[in-house]
Amino acid sequence: MEIGLTHYLVLSTVLFSIGLLGVMRRKNLLMLFFATEILLNAVNVGFAAISHYYNDLTGQMFAFFIIAIAASEVAVGLGLLIAWYKRHGNINLDAMSSMRG
Amino acid sequence: MFEAIAFYLFSILTAVMFYITVTTKQALFALTALAAGMIFISAFFFILGADFLGVVQIIVYTGAVMALYAFGMMFFDTTRELKERSGSSLITAGLSILSAVFVVLIFVAPIVSTKIQVTAPLIAGATNSQSVGMVLFTKYLVPFELAAVMLLVAMIAGIVLAGKKMDRSLTLMAEEEIMIAEEANRKVLL
Repeated sequence: MEIGLTHYLVLSTVLFSIGLLGVMRRKNLLMLFFATEILLNAVNVGFAAISHYYNDLTGQMFAFFIIAIAASEVAVGLGLLIAWYKRHGNINLDAMSSMRG
Repeated sequence: MFEAIAFYLFSILTAVMFYITVTTKQALFALTALAAGMIFISAFFFILGADFLGVVQIIVYTGAVMALYAFGMMFFDTTRELKERSGSSLITAGLSILSAVFVVLIFVAPIVSTKIQVTAPLIAGATNSQSVGMVLFTKYLVPFELAAVMLLVAMIAGIVLAGKKMDRSLTLMAEEEIMIAEEANRKVLL
């Protein structure tokens, strides 16, 4: 029973669709951030698998940069979320309609 | 054999943890399940021989990002139960499956084509950390520096956005002082 590249890509896709499900059904912005992290992690698994099966380090490099981007996204996103919460008292997605035309 | 066992075990664990994260109503459950899922993801990196990536995954994701989320959660009223979107679950499931199929196509397209070629081959006789360092500081030096600048910008943005009025400590203030400060704050916001 050999584990091939396809196994890892299918796993990556399954995790990605779990994350998409979260993005679509969540109303709380903090939970939406969690789902975004799941999406990024799912893609990282695919990159690492391709890197391993093609003996190429580029996939791992991309995974590193994705991790760096995820870290900065969390810092800026949580800052914005805290600023919003201080002003409005909730982080509900449906309440964020102040810019609606 | 052991690789297959490890793969299936960690696949199931990761999928279950992430499913708990996207379905639970308690923010604390979601946070804990997400942290566990991140650690299980790092197991795949170790199986795939990307040791350095696995260590970075544990340190950065479960160490830094999860701690940041935990600190951020202290600001929000997370004990309140949230009513999630009660739209058609059929549409949601259909869209998810459609997107997943697209992702498969995106992944499979370069594999099916024969033009795929190795641009940064593994260096013989070097460990994973050594070869990662060699590639990162030669071929990917400019993106590496850009990532460093981006992290610095993100750090400053986080401090500026979240750090307003952090010079006052609510635990050291008397009850009346807090009330006065809240009144002033409300007037500013109105």
